[in-house]
Amino acid sequence: MKSDAINVPQNEIAAFLYFSPLSTKCFSAPFTMTKQQANWSPYDNNGGSCVAIAGADYCVIAADTRMSTGYNILTRDYSKICKLADKCVMASSGFQADVKALQKQLAARHLIYQHQHNKQMSCPAMAQLLSNTLYYKRFFPYYSFNVLGGLDNEGKGCVFTYDAVGSYEKVGYSSQGSGSTLIMPFLDNQLKSPSPLLLPAQDAVTPLMEAEAIDLVKTVFASASERDIYTGDKLEIVVINADGIRREYMDLRKD
Amino acid sequence: MKLDTSGLESVAPVWGAPGELVDGFAAAPSFELPNPADFDGFQKEAIQMVKPAKGTTTLAFIFKEGVMVAADSRASMGGYISSQSVKKIIEINPYMLGTMAGGAADCQFWHRNLGIKCRLHELANKRRISVTGASKLLANILYSYRGMGLSIGTMIAGWDETGPGLYYVDSEGGRLKGMRFSVGSGSPYAYGVLDNGYRYDMSIEEAAELARRAIYHATFRDGASGGVASVYYVGPNGWKKLSGDDVGELYYKYYPVIPSTVEQEMVEVEWEVEVEQEMVEGAGA
Repeated sequence: MKSDAINVPQNEIAAFLYFSPLSTKCFSAPFTMTKQQANWSPYDNNGGSCVAIAGADYCVIAADTRMSTGYNILTRDYSKICKLADKCVMASSGFQADVKALQKQLAARHLIYQHQHNKQMSCPAMAQLLSNTLYYKRFFPYYSFNVLGGLDNEGKGCVFTYDAVGSYEKVGYSSQGSGSTLIMPFLDNQLKSPSPLLLPAQDAVTPLMEAEAIDLVKTVFASASERDIYTGDKLEIVVINADGIRREYMDLRKD
Repeated sequence: MKLDTSGLESVAPVWGAPGELVDGFAAAPSFELPNPADFDGFQKEAIQMVKPAKGTTTLAFIFKEGVMVAADSRASMGGYISSQSVKKIIEINPYMLGTMAGGAADCQFWHRNLGIKCRLHELANKRRISVTGASKLLANILYSYRGMGLSIGTMIAGWDETGPGLYYVDSEGGRLKGMRFSVGSGSPYAYGVLDNGYRYDMSIEEAAELARRAIYHATFRDGASGGVASVYYVGPNGWKKLSGDDVGELYYKYYPVIPSTVEQEMVEVEWEVEVEQEMVEGAGA
């Protein structure tokens, strides 16, 4: 994705003017002067997609490993998944520099929590921490689209999905990133679970077995790689269950 | 440039003596602001990037028995439905509810913050905060961020010592007391149904059905509203969720499909085709 200039100088002749967005001094020109605008954006989009699916006693989090800028691929081997706590893993797509800063911030806050409370943070607690951390940058947001996955205190899978400024929701499955508009309808078709808002309440967790969920994730990324240029190379899958956390890889299209 | 963040500070120091090992994380959180040449233009771009989920229908009204609050559950980002199961009725505390319209993160964060401040008020004053007080707290915070791009259109509904209370508060700093409100892109449709059917002396079931119908009709006509219609009731003992119905299913409940009697039914009859084929072959030969 091109980093868009906030405002593109209106005419070529502007090049003759002394370029200084903050300066009030300008050489006067015989023709109309255009206001010079800053055309550096602090954001970039490194692309990629992530998916998380919650099960009765497991949680699957997956993301591709391609990192791009514009039409270039920077690397084929970049992990977008970060382990925040024993039973809590986050996958983020968007601007990876902001993602890295966010991960560091959360890791530090988790360390303080462990020192103060002598235990690991639970997944729902980490979910709210992430929401607040994102909202504290409300006027200069982290360009990071996150899904958080893990096991809650009872060992049931839970997935939380976020927007860039911290609004979050507990769901049964979610996808974020450049391929999410391709992936989400497919997940809705396969996994659509009753809304947690219904009364009488119905379980939001998917009825799939762990192996079926992993298979579904592989299928979904294979399809997304066909039609999204920013998704591909390799798929990293992290599975959290009562036995712990394990990691799997699968090759995707490299074109 | 530092903003007034007294809304975020708690009364007691959370981390102990400031400035020690945990510097940087210990200080009361404040909103950083970027320093570009064109702050407004940058904020417009940041808002575009964030694209707050809006497009919604929420409503609340006071009647004889208390306050009825209802909302849909769809969140849209432009034309894409980002979620069909957003909680738009936020439980501030056991006897007060807030509704969400506008930016989802803004509403969630500031309602959570309001809940904290209401609890602190209870602890400091040994009594519950009134709906008037709670709505004023929120309105003052939002007024101080006026012009910064927050997008919140909320109703604070609750039951306090003076009875039922309902206030509309928005991110422009407006705060209105009233008996009936509807907020969001679907609000014109909801108002039509609500204003038509409203009577002060309704029973709880009638009021719940009116609220449900109003949300249903708004989701029917407004593309940005949909999902699940939730209805909450706030009474002297606090709030209670009365129903959560998928609006697709509500359609068939209100307009059931009556199987019509069939006059002539098309049935596949094998022998007719064979006879035709014989006739064709006979003609060809």
